[in-house]
Parts: sequence; structure tokens; C-alpha cells
Amino acid sequence: MAIWACELALDRWRQAEPCKRGEGADAQPLVLIAETAHGPRIEAANAAGRAEGAARGMMLADARTLCPALQVRPSDPAGDLAFLERLAIWAQRWGPWSAIDAPDGLLVDVTAVAHLFGGERRLLADVTARCDARGLAVRAAIAPTAGAAWALAHHAPAGTILGPEEDIALRLADLPVAALRLDADVLLVLRRLGLKRLGDLTSLGLGVGEGASGRDAIHRRFRNRRSPAANPLIRMDQLAGRVPEPLLPVIPVSAPLVQRRLMEPIRHRELLDQVVADLAADMARVLEGRGEGARRLQLGLWRVDGEVVLRDLELAMATRDPAHVCRLFAARLDHVDAGFGIEMLRLRASWAEPLALAQADLEAAAEEHGTSLAACIDRLTVRLGRDAVQRPVLRASHIPERSVGWQPPLERESAQQEELAFHARPLKLLDRAERIAVLYASPDGYPRRFRWRGSLFDIARVEGPERIAPEWWREKGATRLRDYYRVEDATGRRYWIYRAGLAGDGRGGEPDWFLQGLCG
Amino acid sequence: MDMAALPRAAELARAGASKGAANPRWHPGSKCPLHSEIFAPADDASGTGAALALALDGLRVRGAGKLGQGAEEGAVLWVQDEKARKLSGRPYRPGLPEALRHRLIHVAAKTSEDALFALEEGVRCRDLACVIGELAGNPKALSFTASRRLSLAAEKHNVPLFLIRLDAEPDLSSARMRWKVRAAPSAPPLWNTAAPGRPAWHAELFRARTHTPGEWILRDGNAFLAAERATPAHAPAAPDHGDLGLRAGARSLAAS
Repeated sequence: MAIWACELALDRWRQAEPCKRGEGADAQPLVLIAETAHGPRIEAANAAGRAEGAARGMMLADARTLCPALQVRPSDPAGDLAFLERLAIWAQRWGPWSAIDAPDGLLVDVTAVAHLFGGERRLLADVTARCDARGLAVRAAIAPTAGAAWALAHHAPAGTILGPEEDIALRLADLPVAALRLDADVLLVLRRLGLKRLGDLTSLGLGVGEGASGRDAIHRRFRNRRSPAANPLIRMDQLAGRVPEPLLPVIPVSAPLVQRRLMEPIRHRELLDQVVADLAADMARVLEGRGEGARRLQLGLWRVDGEVVLRDLELAMATRDPAHVCRLFAARLDHVDAGFGIEMLRLRASWAEPLALAQADLEAAAEEHGTSLAACIDRLTVRLGRDAVQRPVLRASHIPERSVGWQPPLERESAQQEELAFHARPLKLLDRAERIAVLYASPDGYPRRFRWRGSLFDIARVEGPERIAPEWWREKGATRLRDYYRVEDATGRRYWIYRAGLAGDGRGGEPDWFLQGLCG
Repeated sequence: MDMAALPRAAELARAGASKGAANPRWHPGSKCPLHSEIFAPADDASGTGAALALALDGLRVRGAGKLGQGAEEGAVLWVQDEKARKLSGRPYRPGLPEALRHRLIHVAAKTSEDALFALEEGVRCRDLACVIGELAGNPKALSFTASRRLSLAAEKHNVPLFLIRLDAEPDLSSARMRWKVRAAPSAPPLWNTAAPGRPAWHAELFRARTHTPGEWILRDGNAFLAAERATPAHAPAAPDHGDLGLRAGARSLAAS
């Protein structure tokens, strides 16, 4: 079943105004406009406006020449879409699932449902009546395929029903080609070809003999159009049910939420802790019922004077342990200004993940035996911040400082190609390579001695160079290559140094030397 | 220096056991202390390298005791305060020992207080294999009380802690083993004798509860830690009776 809210934007505007259809502000010619690069364009026009000549898609200036008294209001496409989403969930009263058909339609699956409403005709009557009660002008139609239902809802008399035993192509033959849900430029092409009705396409595309070559002709004309909205053949096949048309159903998801309204506003920390503990216990029960654990929690404190204090908490792993949650919130509640008191608290799990019930730890020593890794990471993250607790992971790069990235500690590591292990790498890398002054035998010879942080290092042993070229796909052309040397000085201190560039490589003056890593 | 010529951990362990003294000499593979401090200069990675070698040695001992479960595969928490990070950089994953690379969790604390908090949370976590800390200088926060807290927590939850003190004076502390580490010339590699070889460190155990102090040259083999007795540099004339029984044939008393 397809439901088309033909005047969705205007209906929403009327509800916001509020006025009845054709009364009050709606009695005057009125249009909703959207700003475009070429000036305001009309998105919707009410009945009086349409009578005066304003139509959807016109420029406002053109409409004004026809009707100088035109009233103008801005349109709200985002709000319309949000409304449509809620409408889609509401429309599940007529079928097990529904999908949005943007910008102003719905598709509801009513397979094997109609008898509950007393037949398809009465089902459609119910749809019209209930939408009318909500102030929505709708046109609905029922057909075996979504495409056919859409075509009937938009281009056939209201309340059309196409039974499963009827021939779809035959019944739809008189509808215009616009019923195929095609893009504007494709419709233009079809009109230029003289194909105005679906029947024209059907007789061309699906007959035998001469007709089969007609289908080939359309296929050749549109063969590089992959998207269904740009290819009439795909749309025709979807209409007739010869190829499947996937739809995305709308599924309502609600965030677990618990709250406490307090008889007496609280102003003291002990009471607050008590209430938070109660909320955490409630939340644990709610989450347990859903078989989930919270990853992100939001605690809202409503103060008497109307201020709302929010505290967010993000956990490394899904949990619903109330004691753990309380302890983490305790650190966050230190600097709450209670003002004249807090009268309501609300705890919301805005991000929850499936978490199976686990067997409680039966080991008697478990109490003594310390925290789990996830709890430990949570505590560190809450106190030190998300960026402070991380684990190194490999990235695809040869440049040493770029070959290691950081990610949250308990996240799964992405798959990596095995490193080639024939180069020795230092144990530690400085955050920024530090410049050193180096004495070397000849321009290409080994370094002999260097000065770093004010002290001299006599190099006793050296290995290198290992040349690492700049990543040309990422960096500018003037980036210099690096020659890495592993060096050890007379007392055994080991370093990883490099020379940026070669003498006379045309990318700057003399090469600079840097110390980047400390070897163990 | 040929690695094969060095006494292996097992031989040293046998030697230590045969003596059966109340304060045996430290040797690789002896029981892993739960709170060690390693004093090292900040401008090389000798302290880090030695700490990792000791930590891995400890993990091997624990892993063998537990029959390869738990301690072998737990994560390793590495805590650094801001100053230590500035002085000696962050751990670099491709250069770390193979056994640690995939299970390292790094904590970049801003102040030494935060670092101590992270260390204490770390030693309280039963899922960690060990905790490595790096603190620069002598921060006020690391008082005797703080180090005592760390020792007690580590012993209660059985998580070893290796605290690297960069450029620090040995102050009061309740660490069970305290080392002074500096770099030592590496063993020449087999093929390119002009290149740096396997890392080596000069390590002095200057205070320990269960072991006699002494000095060693530590070398990191791939699967074991090799230790060689070093002659104390500051007191060459002091007779060292520790291993008389072991090496009476190799050395004359007069030479030491």
C-alpha cells in the first residue's frame, strides 16, 4: 500500500499556524518557498494559490506577476522528513512494517492484513479517515508491488485497488510515464521520444517480434544508466514485479531512560549519591530486561530554577553494573552547582549494545582479586580523558612517525599485513625528531660524532643507511628523503638518527640531521 | 661476545639453588619481585630496555609457573608522565619486543599525580600482565607513602610493577628491588661487526629485600635474559665473595 500525503508541507504549516483548511490564513493565496541560487522558488502552494496560478517549482517572482497578493512562508524540508518518519511508525498500525518514500509518501506492507480491517476497500477508507482526522490530505492505493501502488496513489483516482490476479501492465497502461518515479531529465527524453503513457512503453518493450526489438532499443538508449530512477526499463520491471525492489523499513528505537522526581529538592552530595545509585539500579534492571549494556550514559539534573546540568559518561565496554556506573559518575559530580536544589534526575542510555547475562563470579577470591580490564580502562579514561589512554596500532606507511596510530584500548585492531622484520627499529620514538649537529667523514660517509641536548656523542659503531623515501602520494614535492642510521656511542648508548635529504638534491640547502629514536 | 658462551638462566638458577643461602644472588629467572624501581639516565633508552627485559623475564617465570595461562596473554599497561614523554619519547610499536607489541596499552598522564593514579589503578587490575611506569625526576607526589601504596597494591593483586625513574636521585622508597642501569656496549653481531648488536645494559642491583646486591651486564637474548657478572667499578678492591664457590677455578682471589 502506498500512501501519498499530497500536501504534506502545507498540512504541517496549517497545524503550526493553526488554522483549518481554507479558513483563516489559508483562505488567502499562499506559497511555501525555498531559497535557491536563482532566488526563492515555490515548494508548495495552497488551493487558493493554485487557483491564482502559482504552482510547485515556479520562481516566486514569476508567481508574483500572476498574483501580486501572494503570501509567502518559508518551507521546512527537514521538519517534513522528521514528521514523515514519525508518520511511518504511526502507519505501522496498518501493516507489519513501513518504509519512507521521500519526500512525502509512505509505503506500508499490507500483505495478508486487509481482512483484519474488513477488506481492502475498508482498509483504504480507514487510512483516509484517520489521516483526515490528523489534518493530512492523503491518497492511498493498494497494489501487489510497491511501484504499482506508488503509481496508482499518485496518478490514479483516490482509493484504487489492484488485485493480485489482475494484469498490472493492463491496468496501468493509461497512466503517464511520470508514474514510473523517474528523474526529470529521463522524463524529458521519453517525452521527446513520444512515449507518454505507460502503455506506450509496454507495447514497445514487452511484445513479441517487433516489440522485443523495441525493448532492445530502450535498453540501448539507457544502457549506461545504472540507477533505477534513471532507467525506465528497471522501473517497468519493478512495477510489474519482475525484479525485486528493496525497501528500507522504519524501525522505532527507544533509548532506555529512568528518572526520579523528588518531593524535596536536594542540595547535598550524600543525597545526590543516593539518588544516582537508585537510578543506576533502575537502569541496570531496564537494560537487563532488554539484554543490553550501556556504552554511553547521560545524567541530567533538573534544578529548581530551571537550569539543566548534564553529565556524560562513555564506557569502554558495554556494562550494566550499577556499582561501576555510580563510581564513574561520582568523579563527574564533584563540581555540580546545585543552586536552590535539584528536583529531578534522569539517566538515559543513549548508546546501548547487546550484552548477554553472565554468570556471577563464584570465586570467593574474586572480590580481592582486583578489577577487570574494562573497569580499569573506564576509570583511567574518566579521570585522564579519552586521548590519554590508547593503544598503538600499525598503519600502512613507511615513514616511522606515521606507521603507528593510536586507538581506544579495547577496540578491535583492524587487520594488518605482517611487517617486514629485517630492519631493526628503536624502542622509543621522540614525539618530534630533534635536530642534531653531526660531524661526518665525507658527504656520503658515516656520521662520526654528534651533539644533542648540549652533550657530545662519539659514535663507535654505525649501521646504515636505510633509505626511506617520502610518500609522494601524500606530501609535497619538496619533501626530502631520509637516510636512517643506527648508531652506538663509545659508552653503549644507542640511537636512531637520520639525515633529511642529500647534498645537491635540489630540495633545499645542506641536509639536516635529526635524532628520532632511542634504541634499547 | 658470543651469546652461547654466556651462562644461561637455568645454569645460574641451579647455582643459586645449590647454595641455598637466605639471601641468594639475583639471577635471571628468579622469582619476579612485584615492585621494582629502575634508575636510568633520560637521554637514552637503557632504562626502558632493561625494564622490558626484566619484565619479560618475570613474565616467563610467571607463565611457566601458571602453565601458560593468564599472565602470558594479559595486556601491559605503560604509563608515562608528560616530562618523561618529552625527554625520551613514546614507545614505538615496531621496535618493541615481539611479545609485547599487540598487548600494549599506553597511558599519557599529564602530571606525576595522574601517572601515580594510573599506576595504582593498573596494579589493581587482575587482567594485566604487568605495569610499566616512567617518571622523570623526583616528583613530590612520589613520596614514601605513595611508593608503599604501590607496593601493597601490587602484592595484594599480584601484578608486577616496573617503575623507571629517569634522571632521578634514589630517594626513600619501598620498592622490593632497586636497580641502577646504564648503557653498555652491545655484543658485536655475527655479520656486520661495525654495527650495533644486541642491546646490553650495565645493571647494578643496589637494594633488594631478598637478594644480595651486585652488578651485572644484562643482555637480551630473544627467548631468555643473559646475565654476566660485572666487576664493580667504584670499589674494585672490595672482595666479592658472592660467587667464590661458583668460579673458584676460573679466577684467583688475588686478581679480584
